[in-house]
Amino acid sequence: MNWTLAGLKKIQSDFHAWQNSVKHRVMVCAGTGCLVNGSMKVYDAFVKTIKDAGINAVVELKKEEDGILISKSGCQGFCQKGTLVTILPENILYTKVKPDDVQDIVETTLLKGEILHRLLYIEPNMHKVCKGTDDIPFYQKQKRFVLKNCGLIDPEDIREYIAKDGYLAALKACIEMAPEDICRAITESGLRGRGGGGFPTGKKWDIARLEEDKKKYVICNGDEGDPGAFMDRSVMEANPHSVIEGMIIASRAIGADEGYVYVRAEYPLAVERIRKAIKDAYGLGLLGSRIFGSEHTFHLHIMEGAGAFVCGEETALIASIEGKRGMPSPKPPYPAQSGLWGKPTVINNVETLSTIPLIIREGAERFCEMGTETSPGTKIFAVTGHVLDTGLIEMPLGVTLREIIYGVAGGITGDDGKIMYDGFKAAQIGGPSGGCLTTEHLDLPIDFDSLKKVDAMVGSGGLVVMNKNTCMVSVARFFMQFTQSESCGKCVLCREGTKQMLGLLDDIIEGRATEETLELLEDLATAVQKGSLCGLGKTAPNPVLSTLKNFRDEYIDHVIHKYCPAGKCKALIKFTIDENLCKGCAQCVKKCPVGAITGEKKKTHRIDPKLCIRCGACMESCAFKAIKGERP
Amino acid sequence: MKETAFITIDHKDVPLESEKNLLELIRKAGIELPTFCYHSELSIYGACRLCMVEVEGMGLVPACSTPPSPNMTIKTNTEEIRKMRKIIVELLLANHSQNCHTCQKSATCQLLALARRLGVTKIRFKNQSMNLPVDESSPSIARDPNKCVLCGDCVRICSEVQTIGAIDFAYRGAKTVVIPSFGKDLAKVECVDCGQCARVCPTGALMPKSEVDDVWREIHNPHKVVMAQIAPAVRIAIGELFGLEPGRITSGQIVAALRAIGFKRVFDTSFTADLTVIEEANEFIRRIQKNENLPQFTSCCPAWVKFAEQYYPELVPHISSCRSPQQMFGALAKDILSAQLNVKKEDIVVVSIMPCTAKKFEAKRPEFSHDGIKDVDFVLTTQELGRMIEEAGINFNELGPESFNLPFGFKTGAGVIFGNSGGVSEAVVRYLSEKLTGEKKENYEYRSLRGESGIREIKLSIGERDYSLAIVSGLGNARRIIERIKTGEGHYDFVEVMACPGGCIGGAGQPVYTHMMVRQKRTKGLYENDRMLELHKSQDNPYIQELYDTYLGEIGSPKAHELLHTHYRSRKRIADEDMYISYSDRAESLEINVCFGTSCFIKGSQKILRGILDYINANGLKNKINVSASFCFEACDRGPVIRVGEQVIEQCTIEKAKDAIKKEVEEYV
Repeated sequence: MNWTLAGLKKIQSDFHAWQNSVKHRVMVCAGTGCLVNGSMKVYDAFVKTIKDAGINAVVELKKEEDGILISKSGCQGFCQKGTLVTILPENILYTKVKPDDVQDIVETTLLKGEILHRLLYIEPNMHKVCKGTDDIPFYQKQKRFVLKNCGLIDPEDIREYIAKDGYLAALKACIEMAPEDICRAITESGLRGRGGGGFPTGKKWDIARLEEDKKKYVICNGDEGDPGAFMDRSVMEANPHSVIEGMIIASRAIGADEGYVYVRAEYPLAVERIRKAIKDAYGLGLLGSRIFGSEHTFHLHIMEGAGAFVCGEETALIASIEGKRGMPSPKPPYPAQSGLWGKPTVINNVETLSTIPLIIREGAERFCEMGTETSPGTKIFAVTGHVLDTGLIEMPLGVTLREIIYGVAGGITGDDGKIMYDGFKAAQIGGPSGGCLTTEHLDLPIDFDSLKKVDAMVGSGGLVVMNKNTCMVSVARFFMQFTQSESCGKCVLCREGTKQMLGLLDDIIEGRATEETLELLEDLATAVQKGSLCGLGKTAPNPVLSTLKNFRDEYIDHVIHKYCPAGKCKALIKFTIDENLCKGCAQCVKKCPVGAITGEKKKTHRIDPKLCIRCGACMESCAFKAIKGERP
Repeated sequence: MKETAFITIDHKDVPLESEKNLLELIRKAGIELPTFCYHSELSIYGACRLCMVEVEGMGLVPACSTPPSPNMTIKTNTEEIRKMRKIIVELLLANHSQNCHTCQKSATCQLLALARRLGVTKIRFKNQSMNLPVDESSPSIARDPNKCVLCGDCVRICSEVQTIGAIDFAYRGAKTVVIPSFGKDLAKVECVDCGQCARVCPTGALMPKSEVDDVWREIHNPHKVVMAQIAPAVRIAIGELFGLEPGRITSGQIVAALRAIGFKRVFDTSFTADLTVIEEANEFIRRIQKNENLPQFTSCCPAWVKFAEQYYPELVPHISSCRSPQQMFGALAKDILSAQLNVKKEDIVVVSIMPCTAKKFEAKRPEFSHDGIKDVDFVLTTQELGRMIEEAGINFNELGPESFNLPFGFKTGAGVIFGNSGGVSEAVVRYLSEKLTGEKKENYEYRSLRGESGIREIKLSIGERDYSLAIVSGLGNARRIIERIKTGEGHYDFVEVMACPGGCIGGAGQPVYTHMMVRQKRTKGLYENDRMLELHKSQDNPYIQELYDTYLGEIGSPKAHELLHTHYRSRKRIADEDMYISYSDRAESLEINVCFGTSCFIKGSQKILRGILDYINANGLKNKINVSASFCFEACDRGPVIRVGEQVIEQCTIEKAKDAIKKEVEEYV
């Protein structure tokens, strides 16, 4: 025993005593999703209503006191249903809570102890009313390991993190374990980087550990940039101390005395919470010199990035911290050998780092129980697109796409947001760098290696699910547009290649393409994939290559038959007016920018296909759905 | 003995020596891998992706950033690699200005050369070049972003070698460009005009700014007497443009070519280099005697002078007050030759042929023009002269050598070696060694002062004293030496600085070269030229002696000062344009500048401005006074500061301002 362990235990027991003294705890989600849905108004309403009801509204635990504790939590993951309010200890989850609902919640649940049914989540497939996370399939089927405490603790209160056994792993690493022991434990756990590459974390640490240099750095990569992915933001917002603890362990393992948390400036809440967490950790002596009375020193800074996608690439990130333009450099040398300011540097992603304390605390074996042999543990996916329930989903690796889509996310929806049976077409996994999975991959166990075999990647865990009305060429174009505007512009293949690929995709979508276009697109995509400087450039053509592979017919339809099977590419649609439906209201005549529509009033109109520029304005303007897009 | 390791390159075993990367090794094996962004002088960038090779077990890797290891098996010409190279060149061409026929770089354009070499016969991609505005603001360099391939060579040489960083990348993706900071014009940023960016630019995106058309115009003007001066470094490099070996001395052919083009007189800048030696050495002796302003820095290189004015204005008194040989020549030509030839000053046109782009800037410095007449009217780079020779249809290699005109065409070897880094120092030492000892010396070569290294520190014993010299080329090295002096680590008496690595022979106006060997050959050429000449010491130049006897008087005389010396100024602030607040329509008006820098503004300069304007209006002075808001007089602790005419008033009040204006207006009007 040493004094710091006792110190942590004291904080723990004090916190539990305080918490037990309150009757109820109201957790109002203060993740970015709920914040923009107005959760702070809900929070304020709770404080006011409870006070007005003559009950002691406890907003911060200070000493043992009676009343109702109202806390802001980090992201609870079910963002689509925000504002989320959890009532403890009953574990009731109220969804879509508005300030007007607060009075009702206070009276019904907090005072009478009854459940307010109208705010509960109703599972739409079975119409089951769900009381709390234990009943909701979205939560029930997840394996919340890294996210376990997210949404359940107050991210701004370091004592609550400690109360949940926080910093015990850091203490163990600093006091009981030698650096090589830590590296070995991480290696044995088989943990692989959650940021995209899937490189074994233990191995990375070992390389840095063996570098003989007095100065080393640990960097947390919080420059999450994939469209739709927000797991790192959630962890930083909901459980910032887990990231810091992971960094302390990493610093101890490689012998670093300084570190940076690199967060994009577009994540102001994450920046704020990490900043507060660092300050609180310093306050308790968990950061700084002689942590836990050991010889280990670790200073931690926060660095705000300017929101460049490419700064998620580690060498570009390092350049950015050094004050240079965020552009990747060729590897070797690898950051573990020569990184920030030329010193050995370990860069890990947020999710990876917050997994570390769990492995150290619970042991590698426990971690390996989850996931597959080569990809142990869990992974957080940011599920979005045509599914019923979008949000963050943490599952053991090896899970199938079917399980995620149908088991957790509630199944495929149509364009109207309602369940679409047999509606699955594809899922883009791994963001703009990833690949497309199709129906034949629905039962493929998802892990780092299995995805590589089908030319996709886990990436950061973005998962965009698409229904049958999706045009895959347009999807490829969407991602290409993204990578093109986010290319740093350094290497020729990525900068010029993505621009030309985008141009070629435009040709296809707008009906100018020939067979040669397709051939050129494929050649170019292959060259960019093989020849680009950094990982982002190398993976930029993946959406094109994987849609070309899996949906080649769709490309052929666009190029040869000038037809978009999903009916999404306007330039490939022939617009006609159904004479049975047309009322001759002339709305479309007014909207047509080129005067292609003619007809007498109250009689069927017609579109001159030679003049029509296929903008689709007429179709949108028709109140009688008389205008149809057809295959030419 | 250690066994030699081998690497197999295209089925051939190549011994692994000290090569740092595969690219060097592959080139050693005689395979010219294409590159845009690799320069042995610069950091590895890895952006052009043209040097990709296949390494067994590793797949495709860029040769420039892959360290060699024994027993690697490398293929440089697989179908995949060839395909990729073609695609890269096609992509670059599709984003490139299509004006190759009129581009001055087309003969040496590496993009064009690569397209030819790699057999690119068709560009399969649509042209997407953006048609951005061309920046011609700089006196020395023209920047055409439409021809930029974004290899970053210019950015790296400017920041890594010259430590300036006048240009850098901006924006992302397809919008990426290389521009001066905040998108300003090149003339308005820290650029010192050294032109090293243009030297390394593989395309025509950065080019020495051409004055060829202006010179033709003057030559065709019958009222003008157009004369040329040729810098030392031109004679051993221009031949490269016509297929001759670097270092080959072609002074006679250049003279003949210039006469054929239509120059009335052809002189040698080496003559005024001899003159510089005399003046600069005596300035040095005076400083040593008085023990002031040491070390003395040389002043021949205009890029270095601007660099010092910008970053080390406190060193200005240490820089020799001697004009550069180019400007000494200009002043003498306008003053003496106009009298001798009985031609009005404004009808004499002095054209310098220089290895340098900064000389174009130097010739335009206000210090070097009087009554609207510039001492040096036009500056042509070696490249530009080459173009004029081609335009005139002269077969350079067939020309019989001709002699320079006298008197300013006669030089000693000391004036010739000025073109090499260390040359100025050696020439000065040749003078000092006799002047300070009073003995005639047989030997004239000081090999300890020569060398390739960018920083050379030499101790020399002359007479009774030891002298410590530093010879520096490259502005980054100059910065290093200055920092050493400032921290007290370095003690020198004399510091020679040349902005371009290797000195003027490596100037940006010289023919484009890619191999370091070219620079070495040019250096050797100049030393050979020295040996060939009859005289080697500036003090032995009879025409210099005559010039002093008949015209200048003594060394350092008032006349010598007027024509041969100059002054410098602080450029610590990059002057933003003044804002005119009120102006008169008369040409001769009193100028008033009120500082609107942050500090003066806080201290109330706006109130003073208003007071001045009220005073002007009340006294009907509007037509006699120009009032502008200026930025920073560098006296922030003594603000608010205003300037009335030549007088700078610190801690200014409205009353002080009014008094000064009253006084000036009375004197003025």
